[in-house]
Amino acid sequence: MNIIFLLTLVILSFGIFFVPKRHKFCLSFFLHLGVIVLTSTWAIQALNGIEKLSFDNFLPHFWTSNAHLKIDKLSAFFILIVNFTCLTGILYAKGYLKPYFEKKTAMAFSIHFFSFLWLHLSMLLVTMMSNGLTFMIAWEIMSITSFLLVMFDAEDKTVLRTGINYLIQMHIGLMFIMLGFLTVEKYSGYFSFEGIKIYAETHSNFLLFLIFFVGFGIKAGFIPLHTWLPQAHPAAPSHVSGVMSGVMIKIGIYGILRIIASLKTDFFEIGSFLLTISIISGLLGVMFAIVQHDLKKLLAYHSIENIGIIGIGIGAGLIGISIDNSALAVLGLTGGILHILNHSLFKSLLFYSAGSVYSECHTKNVEQLGGLAKKMPKTAIFFLLGSLAICGLPPFNGFISEFLIYSGFFKGMYNAALYRSVAFLLSIVALALIGGLAIFCFTKAFGIVFLGEARSEKTQNAKEVSAIMLFSKFLISIFIIGIGILPMFFVQPISKWISEIFSLGIDEALIHRKFDFLPSLSIFAGIFILTAAIILLIRYLKLKKVNVRRNVPWGCGYTALTPTHQYTSTSFADHYATLANPILRMKKHFKPIEEEEIFPKNRHFEAHSEDIFQTKIEKIAEKSTYYLQKLAFLQTGQLQHYILYAFLFILLVFGLTFFKIL
Amino acid sequence: MLGTILTVFCALFFVGIINRTKSIFSGRKGPGILQPLKDIYVLLRKGSVFSTSTSFVFQIASSITLASIICAMFLLPFVNEKAIISFKGDFLLFAYLLAVGKFFQIISALDVGSGFEGMGANREALYSMLLEPAFFILLASVAMLTGYTSFYEIFSHLQFTENYSYIIGILVVYVFVQIAMVENSRLPVDDPKTHLELTMVHEVMVLDNSGFDMALAHIGTSLKFVIYGNIIANCLISTQLEWFYQIGLFLAIQFGFAVCVGYLESFRARNKMMRNPQFLLTLTSISLIIFFIGLIITSKLVVNQ
Repeated sequence: MNIIFLLTLVILSFGIFFVPKRHKFCLSFFLHLGVIVLTSTWAIQALNGIEKLSFDNFLPHFWTSNAHLKIDKLSAFFILIVNFTCLTGILYAKGYLKPYFEKKTAMAFSIHFFSFLWLHLSMLLVTMMSNGLTFMIAWEIMSITSFLLVMFDAEDKTVLRTGINYLIQMHIGLMFIMLGFLTVEKYSGYFSFEGIKIYAETHSNFLLFLIFFVGFGIKAGFIPLHTWLPQAHPAAPSHVSGVMSGVMIKIGIYGILRIIASLKTDFFEIGSFLLTISIISGLLGVMFAIVQHDLKKLLAYHSIENIGIIGIGIGAGLIGISIDNSALAVLGLTGGILHILNHSLFKSLLFYSAGSVYSECHTKNVEQLGGLAKKMPKTAIFFLLGSLAICGLPPFNGFISEFLIYSGFFKGMYNAALYRSVAFLLSIVALALIGGLAIFCFTKAFGIVFLGEARSEKTQNAKEVSAIMLFSKFLISIFIIGIGILPMFFVQPISKWISEIFSLGIDEALIHRKFDFLPSLSIFAGIFILTAAIILLIRYLKLKKVNVRRNVPWGCGYTALTPTHQYTSTSFADHYATLANPILRMKKHFKPIEEEEIFPKNRHFEAHSEDIFQTKIEKIAEKSTYYLQKLAFLQTGQLQHYILYAFLFILLVFGLTFFKIL
Repeated sequence: MLGTILTVFCALFFVGIINRTKSIFSGRKGPGILQPLKDIYVLLRKGSVFSTSTSFVFQIASSITLASIICAMFLLPFVNEKAIISFKGDFLLFAYLLAVGKFFQIISALDVGSGFEGMGANREALYSMLLEPAFFILLASVAMLTGYTSFYEIFSHLQFTENYSYIIGILVVYVFVQIAMVENSRLPVDDPKTHLELTMVHEVMVLDNSGFDMALAHIGTSLKFVIYGNIIANCLISTQLEWFYQIGLFLAIQFGFAVCVGYLESFRARNKMMRNPQFLLTLTSISLIIFFIGLIITSKLVVNQ
């Protein structure tokens, strides 16, 4: 019955193309709602029940007999996250797309809403498929729909280029996933996750993991597989970047977790590998983020950083499993997986807020913004909340997951052997540095965009965004604060599911003991909020009695201050950029003031950093294009020639089989 | 509870003692020990001038910063008496709570919209980021040595009795003193007495704070000092002593710490701005030494005899 409901929704989704332009949103919203209600019930059933929820052969039999929908606890967790973020995304889209209503054709809207719905559906399907082929089909739908969503502004040439780049990289990833499944199938006979379990019993788990890691890692955005991410996120409309960064890249993590759950041995190698690459991703991600001028690009680099934190948690957990350290295993995995949820919350909140800024000021360049806190106070509060949460500051949700990962390492330090102690120490230092750099980055981003005075006339007409856009952010904020203040309602269930998914064999009492600090954390959060409230109250009462004035800020005796005297994003990061220059490769373009020049004229200054990985990839792409162009002579445009090619190809295949090479 | 009361008590005199020490070393008569308290009292009653650029952030920032420092104080135990709130991993909360305060201080500086404040803000953000590794390596080392992860358990199990542990004791205290100096924007990274905005770090961030907010900033500074003094005292005071000795020793250590800060400030020049990162990374390497000695003590790293 349920399956029929889902199939009805799928068929109805084509209706988006046929309803009038102004009703398209309405229809797609209700379709989203239907999907959310249906799959969330499944997910909640799966989380409560012991049995796996599964639906066999929901597709017509002639196509494939293996199309099971299977929902276990891991899928259910991801289904809930995907559903929530897509709900806030579609709500936000209503407000965000309003200015485009006149500009874009009905077809563009149809494609957009259709793709958004199918991105949502395909992400859900990916988490439910256990068969390799259907999994890859759902994966492919996910890539293509997100590609179409990125291309919403395709009149812009850079967007077009970015989109194509994204599509190519996703297919390289798909190739590796296919390679992984094929390897498994050759030995086990199953083209599915079940096959991996059989394969893992006899073969090297680490090598198989590596193959899948490349495939899923491109989606997740681990450095050095991340180069699509900082380009695609800024190019997409904000609700799409929120959903892509909030949940779609997490589907890559889902893939990695699914593979790990199917593996049997080599956890130490896999854990160490994941930990190393995650530390690199975390550190480099945030280091690149600081020097970005494009607000959404800055957030995109932060996604890489947070994927790094998630990876650090999972890697720590795997090492914990392999050395039988249950504290490290539970705390690491719980921290990492809770961070998936946390990041989906605050990152979508930040992207939506950045989108609100963009839709009011029509620029993403932070150097042209400023002083928006007075014009868009509510958006400013949401962005501030997101910033505090992403920096991992208490009492918000980011702190809880980072706290769990930290505690895992600190607990792991005590009986660990020499090399592990050093590795754990390095991880702790990396996490601390990531935290410090994130604070640097978000004080900059929030300060430059929302505080001080406007740096250009772009912010002139900015005003608070529509209620529906604020409402979607409000929904997210509830959870950000909720997880931060009452972590036990989220952490303990998650750790229970984890111990089941990864068959850690840890009973409830032990889990309870491992997390006995959670109530203290929430009491403390209460004390902190209370203290702050008391001080603010005293301040309020005090200031009512005394003389309060407003005046220009201290200018060292100089009274004609202009907004250009303020620190810019570049100058804020300048000292840091000098220190980190070996990695960032900052380039500054300017003409120095000459000695004879007593009255300097107008000058131009430009500074930008370079992502080394991207330059490398571009170099390779350029080289291969150069050689591929030499083959262009084959493209004659004459039908006869193409038939000849096909004929030669058949001959080749025939010859190869004849000599038993193929 | 006792720890918190003692800490607040010490905070009343701490900055006064520093200033008095400095005046004695420089041969001045100098202000009385209670002068900073009187200053705060005056500031609390004064009116305020806000920059025309400021938004709601500036209004809440200094209060939240002070709240974070006060709450951080609640986490500190007194030798073998538990803190008001104590749980596994509370030192992480301590570090992150101080970071909340810093976050708000930085954005309130950016809210003013002057050219100076951004300068201080980015320096402070950078330096506290560079300081973070030293603090966490130190915590990781003591957590590894004792096998516990809360302030109370660590301090009650940290005993400097063996040969190597004397070295650790000295180094831990040294690093904590330096961290306290940096966190409170003192020499050699920052100089509160400087009069040139271009060379300021912390002072330039609070340039446009006035009246009540300025008083809160001053209270915060005093509290932060004694908080670090408290950590140092907890590291040094033995749990075996009678409680009145412990209190006496605690007060003596706080006093000694204040004199030490005043002494260091009198005879030390501030670093060149570009040298500060190097100085901060030196602290990290000293805490790495502590970590390696910790590895030797726990015989994870075996040194050939």
